[in-house]
Amino acid sequence: MQRKGFERVSGTYLLQQLINGISLGSIYALVAIGYTMVYGILRLINFAHGDILMVGAYSALGLAMSLHLPFWAVLAGSMLIAALTGVLVERAAFRPVRGAPEEVTMITSLAVSIFLENLGTMVLSPQPRKFLVPDYLLVIHNWGGLTFNNMTILIVVLAVGLMLALTLFVTRTNLGIAMRASSENLQAAQLMGININRIVATAFIIGSGLAAVAGVMLGGQYGRIDPLMGFVPGLKAFVAAVIGGIGNIAGAAVGGYVLGLAEVLLVGLLPPSLSGFRDAFVFIFLILMLLIRPVGILGSVERGRA
Amino acid sequence: MLNRREKTCTLVALALVIGLLALANSFLNQYYLRLINVMGINIILVVSLNFTNGLTGVFSLGHPGFMAVGAYTAALLTIPLRQKAFILPDLPAWLAQAHASFPVALLAAGTVAAICAFLIGYPVLRLRGHYLALATLGFLVIVQVVVTNVSQITRGARGINGLPPETNIWWVYGITIALIYLSWRLVHSAYGRGMMAIRGDDLAAEALGVNLVKHRMLAFTLGAFFAGVGGALWGHLITVVSPNAFSFAQAFILVVMSVIGGMGSITGSIIGAVVMTLIPEALRGLEVGTTIAGFHIPPLYGLSQVIYSVALIIVLAVRPQGIVGLREFSMRRWLKN
Repeated sequence: MQRKGFERVSGTYLLQQLINGISLGSIYALVAIGYTMVYGILRLINFAHGDILMVGAYSALGLAMSLHLPFWAVLAGSMLIAALTGVLVERAAFRPVRGAPEEVTMITSLAVSIFLENLGTMVLSPQPRKFLVPDYLLVIHNWGGLTFNNMTILIVVLAVGLMLALTLFVTRTNLGIAMRASSENLQAAQLMGININRIVATAFIIGSGLAAVAGVMLGGQYGRIDPLMGFVPGLKAFVAAVIGGIGNIAGAAVGGYVLGLAEVLLVGLLPPSLSGFRDAFVFIFLILMLLIRPVGILGSVERGRA
Repeated sequence: MLNRREKTCTLVALALVIGLLALANSFLNQYYLRLINVMGINIILVVSLNFTNGLTGVFSLGHPGFMAVGAYTAALLTIPLRQKAFILPDLPAWLAQAHASFPVALLAAGTVAAICAFLIGYPVLRLRGHYLALATLGFLVIVQVVVTNVSQITRGARGINGLPPETNIWWVYGITIALIYLSWRLVHSAYGRGMMAIRGDDLAAEALGVNLVKHRMLAFTLGAFFAGVGGALWGHLITVVSPNAFSFAQAFILVVMSVIGGMGSITGSIIGAVVMTLIPEALRGLEVGTTIAGFHIPPLYGLSQVIYSVALIIVLAVRPQGIVGLREFSMRRWLKN
């Protein structure tokens, strides 16, 4: 994601931006899947999802510093802690308001988001912390002018691998099929004897675990983390979920890559004086998308509620 | 409408409020005066947010965006010309020469915010529920990004300081009372009934001939007008305007006040604004670190936000309608007892 100044738009430059876009898109896709799974089942916009990403990043930092575990164990551990946090949040805050009007559930998730951010600020100090990843991840490759490090490769491979695993899960296992059924029609699924609480907990576990991976990757790429790090990526991942068609898992992945590529290419091709407007572009994109095709790229019309 | 006895009582109550404000103004120290002003501005913001989020059921998170528009508009008009030339040398000529008195600047702040609301409302208000909330949040992000990046007009992230401290208790509460009166008249007008019908069920309201877009637009622009005025009052109270004062956290605080008081009720909006201004202020000592009974409590940054959020989660789970729900204070009921 290191961007050089505005150069002549050459093929190499474009390819480099493409690589950066895919790497950013992978992160958005991982977070967007969590949004879309929970929305699909509960019709809840979980604003706190981005902050679960922060919880994942800090857990990884804590595990690495206190237990000196190898990187893969740190990653797995942070996924576990984030998943626990997700389940806890669902149990404590979202279950009591389940079935309430959508404004109420949305405000609850806002409250959880602010709670996690400020608890983080209070307990972990508002100062950013260094986030170190093993040296072998920072080895830089140079292929005919294209530069990327092992971190970038890991992000893309991990994201695609996890998404494939998730696809297998929702198509091949009973729990996964029950989850898709609940997403299609919650009442009918309940009448078929599906335990909704179990499905919701599963959605939160998977979504939070994927968000933790995204958090560790973001931390590794920027080299530092802070208690508010999850907010903007979380919002953008939600935008990605809407672009892809909210409620649709494949749509979330597509939306993540579309948004990541669009953001990087737009900023890469526009003059540097406009690059500060990056976040504004994302939301202008969102508003346009909502007006032109509110159900998203892969969304079906019946699910569209705009 | 009010009968004669109720009118007298209302006037007496109004006189009492004005008397109390005059007393406060001449006897309280700077800290308490400022707190009272902040409280009044919060009432303006929450009552104006209530036009959309409460009465019409259009859940907007963009209120701080309109506050920012109003605050910057007013700031650019009230700062003395010579000072403006010094701190903002790259202003376009027409802005560099523009100057206005405080009341005119307030009016301009509201008007520019309302125009913004009209422009973005036109596409955005066709959306519903979640999507509308998200689009207004997007508007807030866009305003913040623009304010941070157009530094020849706004001085970017540093913000503009040295605004004349024009905001006083009379401006704040004069506008507060005017807004409450307007709000009350609106609720009892055909427009207000239409808005509340939309809140209840927009399809049914539309079928009965309520023009959705028109009513939503009215609620949105009216709310934005007073958000702009509130932002301008805020800027001239603390004499600084900077982009991070109009953040997502601010949107959240306003929503908390509105929900805790009772979304949809003017009385509830006022109660929510007062309660949620005073409680975190009382606990602010903890945020900077203090010593209670020999125990040293380290500074707890973010504590007030934690309290806001926990209070909100509990209220939503236990009493989602807030303190007063949809009810209003009624002179008639009060006089009977």
